[in-house]
Amino acid sequence: EETTRRRAVVRVVVGAGGAMASVMFGRAVGGRGVRGVARRMASTQMTIRDALNSALDEEMARDERVFVMGEEVAQYQGAYKVTKGLFQKYGEKRIFDTPITEMGFAGIATGAAYKGLRPVCEFMTFNFAMQAIDQIVNSAAKQAYMTNGDMNVPVVFRGPNGAAAGVAAQHSQCFAAWFSQVPGLKVITPWNAEDCRGLLKSAIRDPNPVVFLENELLYGQAFPVSEEAQSPDFLLPIGKAHVERAGTDVSLISFTKMVGYCMEAADKLAAQGISAEVLNLRTLRPLDRDAIIATAKKTHRVVAVEEGWPQCGIASEICAILMESEAFDYLDAPVERVTGADIPMPYATALEKAALPQVEDILAATARTIDRTMYGTGTARVSTAQRAPSESLESLGPRPTAAKQPTAPPLAAAAAALSRSPPGRGATPRYESPPLSRGRPAIDSRECSARHCAPASLPSLFCTEECPVRRLRLALTDNTSRRIVVAGGTHNQASCAHQSLARA
Amino acid sequence: PEPRQMAWHWRRAVSRAAAVRGLSSGSGGEIRVPLDGAFLGHRLDSLPPGEAVTSLSELMEYLELMYTMRRMEITCDNEYKARTIRGFCHLYDGQEAIGAGIAAALTDEDSWITSYRCHCVMLARGGTVESILAELMGMSTGATGGKGGSMHFYNKKRNFYGGQGIVGAQVPVGAGLALANKYTTPPGERMPVAIACYGDGAANQGQIWESANMAALWKLPLILCIENNQYGMGTSPARSSSNNDYYTMGNLIPGLKLDGMNVLSVREGMRHAKELCATGAGPVFVECSTYRYHGHSMSDPGTTYRNRDEIAQVRATRDPIEQLKSLILQNSPESVADDVKALEKRVRADVAKACENAKKASPPDPARHLHNNIYLDDNGNDTPPQYIRMPHSLHTT
Repeated sequence: EETTRRRAVVRVVVGAGGAMASVMFGRAVGGRGVRGVARRMASTQMTIRDALNSALDEEMARDERVFVMGEEVAQYQGAYKVTKGLFQKYGEKRIFDTPITEMGFAGIATGAAYKGLRPVCEFMTFNFAMQAIDQIVNSAAKQAYMTNGDMNVPVVFRGPNGAAAGVAAQHSQCFAAWFSQVPGLKVITPWNAEDCRGLLKSAIRDPNPVVFLENELLYGQAFPVSEEAQSPDFLLPIGKAHVERAGTDVSLISFTKMVGYCMEAADKLAAQGISAEVLNLRTLRPLDRDAIIATAKKTHRVVAVEEGWPQCGIASEICAILMESEAFDYLDAPVERVTGADIPMPYATALEKAALPQVEDILAATARTIDRTMYGTGTARVSTAQRAPSESLESLGPRPTAAKQPTAPPLAAAAAALSRSPPGRGATPRYESPPLSRGRPAIDSRECSARHCAPASLPSLFCTEECPVRRLRLALTDNTSRRIVVAGGTHNQASCAHQSLARA
Repeated sequence: PEPRQMAWHWRRAVSRAAAVRGLSSGSGGEIRVPLDGAFLGHRLDSLPPGEAVTSLSELMEYLELMYTMRRMEITCDNEYKARTIRGFCHLYDGQEAIGAGIAAALTDEDSWITSYRCHCVMLARGGTVESILAELMGMSTGATGGKGGSMHFYNKKRNFYGGQGIVGAQVPVGAGLALANKYTTPPGERMPVAIACYGDGAANQGQIWESANMAALWKLPLILCIENNQYGMGTSPARSSSNNDYYTMGNLIPGLKLDGMNVLSVREGMRHAKELCATGAGPVFVECSTYRYHGHSMSDPGTTYRNRDEIAQVRATRDPIEQLKSLILQNSPESVADDVKALEKRVRADVAKACENAKKASPPDPARHLHNNIYLDDNGNDTPPQYIRMPHSLHTT
């Protein structure tokens, strides 16, 4: 496929020089690329692997101080072929293989950076960087501060991060939250090929230590790359998020691979009449607070998506930012998080898939934000997109709190609900509500233990208006009754209502 | 057995010096100090020379540096007890010959990194007593403006890279400094070396083995200097290391053991090691036998794992400053004794004055200094992030 693509590209740009071709497929061939070439290139497709390769190649050509070290980066051409061709082009001084001694070579990279060289230290995966984390944090990240400005450390630690496919617990951890917590580091999580090119080049040129978290499953994925992004001086600013898709109804905030899932979810939501904005964080430290607050203020609903573990994750930080900033007053619903399962990563396909966020989870979370509105519409009914039967979670047996629900109306109803502008929203929205409740509370079917509802042909995450549990709750919070008679058509209904009463 | 063996070496050296006393020609003239038997080699083709060639002015320089180190560390002790210094404070008194010997053997082109016991290395590489004491007292006039403290002294201009709080972590970083030295030297030319100092307590760290392996593979100009002061915190080498001969732990990598209480022994040993490294032979282990009079840090009385007799015996027989003074006095005319006394008096006064000045300074102001220098540009200027969360608010830069 690559060869065919190369031939096709060569046909298009014949006469513009081999240098240009080298930039387009990211091969380590020729010189500087588009600079000085008269004919402008069209946008092209580039895999993440080639994007990273071309960025490394250009930065090594540009600055003698840049060198690459890591396991299998040279003769093996890179464990994931990200450094393919660089050894042939630059030789042993500029790119060299290390023994399997992460703590040692991360320290060596740091020491070289102390003296003003610009090492790019590759970890085969960031799981192995745990062995080196002392050098990254204590020798690199804190150095500028401890020396009070005497030493900067221009080192880049890069490699794949997060879940791959079937590599189990010790090889699937996402380190975004851990590294993003450390002051003195810059932490970058690119998504598409342009991100990779622009941000890796910026990372290498940055005078501070950078942790550059790639994703193995994205390496082979191709993305369009504009002509501007193919230039050897194309840089993207570190610390700035990017709106991948503008929208008005809900913000999906994420980074790296999950951005792709959010884009897919946004397409599905659009088909249902919901306009989702997708914010690609690009950098986790420094986190683009302004962009997060701006998108929340624009859409009033936020879903934060990450692949890693939930506790103290990036999505938690997004929640915190929105809580403590002016964006809180603009939220119409609590922030929803979609994260990986809070478990070590299992191996079997079905288990692994269940442990990771899927597009359906993003849709469900979106639906929850829309249903849980503060302004009294409350009757919006939503349903999730279905999973294909073969991938159904039902096949695993019932979820602990799963409930089979009757078919719920599609998202269109939710869209209609959204289009009604709620009362009280003016130039400076202020949150006004009855003293006891914040409008009609939603009931998530995972909370509802009602097994009495008619078995659904489709799994849904929401009780309907007919659900007696829901109606009981509404009755309680509306505070219109002081005496509650629990009566049910079946014993199950009554006991379920009783439970809900206790909870309420 | 170890201290006795070293004491024997010293006594031999001194008796030889006595024998040649008549041959030196006074101040400025050559003084030859025998160092026979002061070195043990491991896979070394050659040992350092059997004698050190020096002069009175050189020896007086070393004495001044070492005595300043000693007075400064004693001042730290007093100030710590007076609570003007807080937190960690790891003192170097007893080990001065190593700091002074390395400073004499290496140049400012050579990179130096050490552990948290780094006050005296900072002194050797451009720090002043006042800036060091001010830093320990947490003053804004301190070497890192009160940001670093006892374990974090640096001077990039003089190729001194700290000052490392994590035991052993300085060694891979030191290998990185060596790599940078090799990277920036045209092939075939002499390279500046890098020296990474660490203790017997650190010597078994895995990352040190890793660094030595890579340094040997890539022929990095790295001197791995083990300052064996006989105790890793409270644990002696016999209890911490299955192989106590640290200079042999490089396996196929050459090693050298020397008397770390004799500044000339250290100087010659380091010169020899530097020669090997700078010409591309690869790394060398250099083990310096030494002793620390204080405990591991100021929170360690230093007597639970050793007895006071041992400390007193080392002080009486192997003290590096006393050795050096004897050497000077035995190889100089009578008048030099007055010079030595005057030097000591001057250094004491200078250190006391520096301490006074350090105390007069003021601590850094959080409003102006707390959030500085997290990120830098290539010229060392502060490039602060846009927002920094503080306990009470969100600081916007």
